[in-house]
Amino acid sequence: MSILELRNVSRAFGGIKAVNDVSFTLEEGEIVALIGPNGAGKTTLVNAITGVHTPTAGTVIFEGQDVTKQKPFQAARRGLARTFQIVQPFPKMTVLENVAASALFGGHPESLAEAHDHAARELDFVGLGHVAQSPASSLTLPNRKRLELAKSLAMSPKVLLLDEVNAGLNATEIDGALDLIRRIAARGVSILIIEHLMKVVLSLSSRVLVLHHGELIAEGPPQEMVHDRKVIEAYLGPKFAERFQKEMAGA
Amino acid sequence: MMAKKSPWPLIAMALWVAALALAPVTLGNYEVRIAISIAMFTALALSWNIIGGFTGYPSFATAAFYGIGCYVGALAQRAGVPAALAWLAAAAFVGGVSFVLGAIVLRLKGHYFAIGSIALVDISRLVVSSWGEVTGGGNGLNVPLLEGRPPEVSALVLHVMLGIVVLAFLANVLTDRSRLGFGLRCIEQNEDAADMVGIDTTRYKIAAFVLSAIFPGAVGAVYASWVGYIDPTDSFDILTTVKVPVMAMLGGAGTLLGPVVGAVSFVLLEELFWANFLEWNRAIMGAIVVALIFFLPGGILKLDWRAILRRQPRRKAAERKAG
Repeated sequence: MSILELRNVSRAFGGIKAVNDVSFTLEEGEIVALIGPNGAGKTTLVNAITGVHTPTAGTVIFEGQDVTKQKPFQAARRGLARTFQIVQPFPKMTVLENVAASALFGGHPESLAEAHDHAARELDFVGLGHVAQSPASSLTLPNRKRLELAKSLAMSPKVLLLDEVNAGLNATEIDGALDLIRRIAARGVSILIIEHLMKVVLSLSSRVLVLHHGELIAEGPPQEMVHDRKVIEAYLGPKFAERFQKEMAGA
Repeated sequence: MMAKKSPWPLIAMALWVAALALAPVTLGNYEVRIAISIAMFTALALSWNIIGGFTGYPSFATAAFYGIGCYVGALAQRAGVPAALAWLAAAAFVGGVSFVLGAIVLRLKGHYFAIGSIALVDISRLVVSSWGEVTGGGNGLNVPLLEGRPPEVSALVLHVMLGIVVLAFLANVLTDRSRLGFGLRCIEQNEDAADMVGIDTTRYKIAAFVLSAIFPGAVGAVYASWVGYIDPTDSFDILTTVKVPVMAMLGGAGTLLGPVVGAVSFVLLEELFWANFLEWNRAIMGAIVVALIFFLPGGILKLDWRAILRRQPRRKAAERKAG
């Protein structure tokens, strides 16, 4: 059963259609990657799904319910969580309080104490248990990314939209992040991951969506997508795409 | 964070309120007047703290709530409502007004919100000045005086004001320790992230705005009964609206005792400069405000007193080593 479905979703800013007529489904338990060149509209699409920017046309369906007009806080409470490309902690709170806020407002805890317990469990899960009492502003970038993940996990999400959680990480850190995302998926969370790093896309996702100029230009298994003419063109331009394919064929 | 809180702010506050309440017994008329002023501004600063301190929305609407409170209280009393009821009515009415206005201006953020909230003061003043048949317009309104000899009236006003201070302080304590306060602090630090973790930011902000409005409404109504005459320029004074946030920030915005400390310090400093530098007092006050914002951005309470005390001996030790 599909847990998240987009039907002809568009989002325009004045005359610019940042997202144009995008339709796709996310099945329960699936990891789908969303790729596309810079400015393709990937983050706008995430914003349209989570209610930050209400779609100007089309419908977003979550668990069979039309949620097109939801507000971000409603998306969070429904179990449609996201992380930000640019990390967004509450800087003056401790790491634990950051996550407890998510558990308290986005999750469904019985009490504040329970929210704290839940937060502590999620911190251990992402490997931040040892810095729980440090101020969020003192964390290193990889740890801030993990904090973002812990915050969204504390809301017990059904769908997680990961907006470039691996950007700016080095190779070792990415391996750690990959392992973490796999463990999140193993908990039964469906994941839509926006990613530039093909290593991540190829090793995690079962399906890839390619966005270009706000439109979905290709969809399919990752191995096919990296050889797709349209996809290569979107990244390199038609001239280079031709040369590239000739070279690939020659080799 | 909310598990165990120190009881000291509550104890300190209780002692301070008790001390002020004793002013009519122990001190003269002039001091009682200052005590009333302190109580008034403490209540206003504590109210501002909820929207400006906890939520981080720099509101300059205090004078609007205060002024509307003045007029609602005065009009109710002129219609024959007993003073105490008129004060409550003013608080309730201002609460309703702030709910409606909050839904509009809280869509703005940062500087835009600050400007929007100043506009509320001016708009309220204009409405009151032009609506002559009801409000008396620029001529102002006479308010039925409180019964009793002047010292008794002063003592009564002081005690009522202190009652409002206590309620405003309790509102701060409850906000600080509740889910509401947690949500407001999240909004203060990062509103987008707050939205994204499931906080209904609009509702939370309106709640904070209403809480920050009802006490100034009551203060205004009590003030009107005390002075017996109100007019638009005095009630919707732009200076009041600027002073109150300055007081809260002077003591430490977003803390429980900050607004209390700030209000006392400011009122006393102002009194001192009025008395000694009649012509220059505003300039001196202005210089102090600028200096405070530059050198004490966190307020008096955020000062690390221990570090300051420690610095002295350490410097001496360094000198000894060098010598």
